[in-house]
Amino acid sequence: MAVPAPVTAGAPDAASEAVVDVRDVHYSIGGREIFAGLSLQARRGRITAVMGPSGTGKTTLLRLITAQIRPERGTVRVFGEDLAALNSRAIYQLRQRMGMLFQNGALLTDLSVFENVAFPVREHTDLTEGLIRKLVLVKLQAVGLRGAAALLPAELSGGMARRVALARAIVMDPELLIYDEPFVGLDPISLGFILRLIKQMNAALGITSIVVSHDVQELATIADDSYLLSEGHIAASGTPAQLRDSGAPAVRQFMTGSAEGPVGFHYPAPDYLSQLLKEDDA
Amino acid sequence: MPSSASAGPLLEGVRRVGSVSLFFVRLLLQCVPALARPRLLIAQIYNTGSRSLIIIMLSGLFVGMVLGLQGYDLLQRFGSEDFLGSAAGVGLLTELGPVITALLFAGRAGTALTSEIGLMRATDQLTAMEMMAVDPLRYVAAPRFLGGIIAMPLLSAIFCLIGLYGAQLIGVQLMRIDPGVFWSQMQGSVTHRNVTESVVKSLVFGSACSLIAVHEGYHAEPTAAGVGLATTRTVVASSVLILLLDYVLTAAFL
Repeated sequence: MAVPAPVTAGAPDAASEAVVDVRDVHYSIGGREIFAGLSLQARRGRITAVMGPSGTGKTTLLRLITAQIRPERGTVRVFGEDLAALNSRAIYQLRQRMGMLFQNGALLTDLSVFENVAFPVREHTDLTEGLIRKLVLVKLQAVGLRGAAALLPAELSGGMARRVALARAIVMDPELLIYDEPFVGLDPISLGFILRLIKQMNAALGITSIVVSHDVQELATIADDSYLLSEGHIAASGTPAQLRDSGAPAVRQFMTGSAEGPVGFHYPAPDYLSQLLKEDDA
Repeated sequence: MPSSASAGPLLEGVRRVGSVSLFFVRLLLQCVPALARPRLLIAQIYNTGSRSLIIIMLSGLFVGMVLGLQGYDLLQRFGSEDFLGSAAGVGLLTELGPVITALLFAGRAGTALTSEIGLMRATDQLTAMEMMAVDPLRYVAAPRFLGGIIAMPLLSAIFCLIGLYGAQLIGVQLMRIDPGVFWSQMQGSVTHRNVTESVVKSLVFGSACSLIAVHEGYHAEPTAAGVGLATTRTVVASSVLILLLDYVLTAAFL
């Protein structure tokens, strides 16, 4: 697929403000190239959306930004620090300034909802039990699950688990919040609620947010900057409106969800008919 | 560098030993902070120890009874059935107690540890901890490792105790050996060295089983098949290692 020219107007360019600055990153898994010279920035106090079809490496990008994996080439800077130059202790210190919402919630299954949210507070602070209790209840109230504090993760629905995970991600008031597919499987009420919450936290607390998702419509309502990821590159970047109005075929196809366009739905395969006939012969 | 898939079994074996050794060093470094969290540690002693009690006690009873039957049958051929107490005491304390407890421990607690940690890996719980700047080695692996080391000698002691009772049940109650002779023979034969050997063996076996179980779970492929495979590897590797270490330790104590 030909990579369309990026929509550059309004794209993030002030690297000095960038909380996350990914430059010319190359990364491959099992010989398959995931990123070939990927660059993007997430600016302070803004909501940056990273969109792209399934399998384009959105989650891999988050793993690079959070130093779970290291790029083969290129640099990833978070809060101005080059992740490649940090040892594990420094990376852990950096992570105390981040919060991450996992696709599946990733709640600790042997702890109650309350203890899950309290977990990072207990690990990193010496707050009294009374203060921890208040703090956790405030965060659970923010996601509408104060009443579920005593439940175990196994007793929650997928959407509820995601909301508890969000409460846990924000309990330490991080400067950078990373959301991995936060809208998948949410009912419309929870979806609207989470969208408003992301926006409110961003506006009220100045949290920098990176939201990775393929839910174009939802992202368009909250994102300040958007990147469209395709075939290891940034295919387009700009405000959601700019991406929506883009004339580039691949961008248009993704934004409108059309089956027609340069991005193939099928994974590369031999000719359908000949493969079927061949298997019949066999 | 050859990939692990194309590497020969020997190379793969060396790689695994290296991986376990490195993991062991990293784990040891986290054991001191883990000791500072007694609640986590006690929970793991309960998980690995208390929950294995029934199987250990039942096995101990039957092993002791078999030892009583076989020992009596063999000894009475030479008119030496009075020595059953000695045979049961030394045999259970130095060999059967630590070895069978460790094999049962690997099957019951080791597999539970591996599958629990493997599933935590598969459901991103370990990654979530890393993202919350909490080292899963310290919070998850080290308490489970230490819990296993502490629980093993206790389980082994209980196994020996019940085993002796089983041997006594057969020798004294069924075969009518004089109880005074049975117990005094045992008292005369079992030395401090035997007790030390038993404790050392169970400590070493406990460390080996817990290390393998935690390592396999921690490095399990995050899929259903991967966790299953890791659990199998825990049982196989632990069993072989227990028997190998048993030979080495027995030779060292002779």
